[in-house]
Order: sequence, then C-alpha cells, then structure tokens
Amino acid sequence: MESTAANDLAIEFRDVSYTLPTGQQVLSGLNLEVRRGQTLVLLGRSGSGKTTTLKLVNRLLSPTGGEVRVNGLATGDVIRLRRSIGYVIQEVGLFPHFTVERNIALVPTIEGWPEERIHTRVRDLLQIVGLEASMASRYPRQLSGGQRQRVGVARALAADPPILLMDEPFAALDPLTRNELQQEFLALQQQLNKTVVFVTHDLREALRLASRIALMEAGRLVTVLPPEDFVRSHDPWAAAYMSAFGVVPASAASRNEVRNEDRNAS
Amino acid sequence: MNFFHFIIENRGQVLELTLEHLWLVGVSTLLAVLVGIPLGIMIARWPRWNKPVLAGANIIQTIPSLALFGFLLPVPWLGERVDRLAILALTLYALLPVIRNTYTGIRGVDPAVVEAGRGMGLTDGQLLFWVELPLAISVILSGVRIAVVISVGLATIAAAIGAGGLGEFIFRGLAMVNNQVILAGAVPAAILALLADSSLGWLERRLRPQ
Repeated sequence: MESTAANDLAIEFRDVSYTLPTGQQVLSGLNLEVRRGQTLVLLGRSGSGKTTTLKLVNRLLSPTGGEVRVNGLATGDVIRLRRSIGYVIQEVGLFPHFTVERNIALVPTIEGWPEERIHTRVRDLLQIVGLEASMASRYPRQLSGGQRQRVGVARALAADPPILLMDEPFAALDPLTRNELQQEFLALQQQLNKTVVFVTHDLREALRLASRIALMEAGRLVTVLPPEDFVRSHDPWAAAYMSAFGVVPASAASRNEVRNEDRNAS
Repeated sequence: MNFFHFIIENRGQVLELTLEHLWLVGVSTLLAVLVGIPLGIMIARWPRWNKPVLAGANIIQTIPSLALFGFLLPVPWLGERVDRLAILALTLYALLPVIRNTYTGIRGVDPAVVEAGRGMGLTDGQLLFWVELPLAISVILSGVRIAVVISVGLATIAAAIGAGGLGEFIFRGLAMVNNQVILAGAVPAAILALLADSSLGWLERRLRPQ
C-alpha cells in the first residue's frame, strides 16, 4: 500500500520537537528523512540538538511532539527496535568486565544465537574492523583508544542491524587514528550498505563521510545538502562552518578537495 | 597470664558464646543484605526515594543501641525471644552502610557503559544483573564489610538484654570488676571483627572489576 518512495525511507522525523522536563526546548519542528543505505551526517555545535536527534531514533528519548518513524513505524517494542539498530558512542562504553569477544557477542547472545555461530561472527567482525583474532580474549582496559572504538563498531555491527547510529565515534581519537577509522568506515560502508546516522561537529569529517549533511543550530535543522552542494551553499551557517574549518567555499577547488578525499578513502 | 588461664579453663563457654555471637552477626547481616541491597537498587533507579530511604536508615543509626534494645523489648513477638530482638536491632543498624554502598556502587557505574547497554537493547533486568551489579559488587561488599564490623561490636551489647554472645563475659566482668573476664569477651570479639574485615576485604579485592 505504501509507495516505493516511502518504503525507501529507513528513518523519518515528522515535525518532531523535544522539550526537557524543565521546559527547555531542545528540538523544534524537525523534519528529516534518511533513505536506506545512506549516511546522514548531523553536523552542528555542542548543544545544537544532534545527539538528542540521534537518541530519538533508538528511543533512548521519546519525542515530546511529532513522531519519529523507523522502517515506517512510530511505535512498537523498544527493546526489539534497539536490537535492530547498532549504536556507537564517543566514550565507546565497552563493558569493562567482559572480554572483547563477550562485548562483541552481546546482542547475538541475548538474541539466543547458537554458540558456534556467535564465535564465527566475532571472528569475522574482528577482521572486518581490522583487529587481530588474538584480541578476542583481551579486556577493554588492555586496548588503545582506537582499538576500543573498533571493538565498539564491531559490537554495533554484531547482529547485522540495518541501521547504525554513531555519536561522534571518532572525536576522542588522535588525528592519525581518526583518519584511519574514517577511511575504514567508508570502505565498510561501501561493503555493508547500512543506513547510518552520524553525529559530528567536524566539518571535514562530515564532508568526507556523508551522503547528505544535515546542519543543525539551536535545536533547528538549518539545511540538508549533499557534501558537494554544502561547500557551494550560501547559507550563512554553512559559510560560518566553512570559514571555521578553513574550507574554501563555492569554488571548484573545494569540490575537488572533497572528491579527492573520497578517492583516497576508498 | 591469668587471662590465658581463664580462657583455657572456660574454653567451652568461650566457644559457645563466640558461636552465639557469630549467629547474631551472621543472621542480622544476611537480613540487612537481603533488605538493603534491593533498597539500594531501588533508590539508584528512582532517585525520588533516595532522600527518605537514606534519611530513615540514618535516623536508626542515631538511636543509641542500648536504648533501641530497650524500646523493642515490650514488642509482643520480639520480646518473647531476645535473640530475635537482638537480630532485628543489629539488622537495622547494618542497613545504612549496605543501602548507601549499593546506591553509590550502582550510581558509580560509568554512564557511557549504561547508555551503550541500554542503546543495544538490554532490558532493565539484564542491565542490572549483567552490568550494574557486577561492576558495583566491590563497592557493595565494602558496605557489607563495614556493617559486619559494626555488628560484631554492637552485638556485645545484646548481652544486656540476655541475648547471649561474647558480651556476656564483658557484662559479667564489669559486674565482678574483673578485667580478665572482660577481656575474655572483648578479645575474641576483636579477633572476630578483624577476621571478618580481612576476609571480606579479600573477597572485595577479588571481585573488583579491573
């Protein structure tokens, strides 16, 4: 009954607002769509409502107005929903008392996968995120920051969820590791084709990873543009970002820069 | 040397009173754990209950133990058997450290870990038993350890209402103005406290997440 266009949407925000119990309005009038297989980057400064927007998708928060549809549904079992959405956060949040293997295996375990299948899956995932198989028996405290976030990504991918939410996953990493992980993210995304919502305040990261960039400011969506249009945009907020990050707007040079980065990454 | 003679001559009674003492402390600690840990979990989940519950446990602590024993004596079912009464009083005193440490332990779990767990679709129960309690266990145990050490000392007062335990020697010694007899109660009680402290301390270190 639904049109193919609607079926194509993994996530829809319909006139969504979010107000804290204290009365502070965090989000208002948010309309946004994420198509399947697309990487939507939410770009904005701290307090602009990016993380709130992300948490509305896996319903760690519920909208106080409007509705958020995931796979066309605005309601349903929250636990089921969350298990079908991978979640990666900046602090990673690995369970310190679990080995890497048990951390990655978490969702498959609670979903009751047979042990053999879990084991194979963990081994595959370690390879996918570029970690050696010997890491499986380590504890999170024995890993570097970059390795921890790789495990965080593997854990989010474990049950092969169609949607991935990433909240500034690479922001706490050193520039070299961040660069590596961004490259691997692009390679991985080409291979797995997940629907990704990615929060960042880093314009360069956004330009590099996004299919579309949603620019947010003070709880409102300013504009949604593909990276190549973003750098040509005359929007004052987009321009402010570009000058802050030293990206040359409008000219063909900046478009080439984006393309080159993409090529380097893949 | 008189003290050792006294102990050796009365070893049967020393052993009996020590076991009685252990019984009072053991049962009351168990009850305090069974009541205190769920209460601590509750106030960690619903902070609204935090103040009244902790205030209640605090107020109990401020009642002098001898007075509490006295207050409870006329209570029908309790007054019939003084060991029940002593156990209840000791349980009430042990509640505060158990509740407070359970609360502190659970609230002290890294919020990022809890958020990740919730975001991946753990239910409240899974989050509690797989994540929060295992990570809080050493803090909770240190609360139990404080409770036990306090109880070993407090339980000597239970002898004042005839509930037995090593306090018998202490009160008898006080009445007889005989230090040997007092020490026959005080020294084993001190040893019990030290043993309980060190063994629970060991367990606490074993269970502490690295």
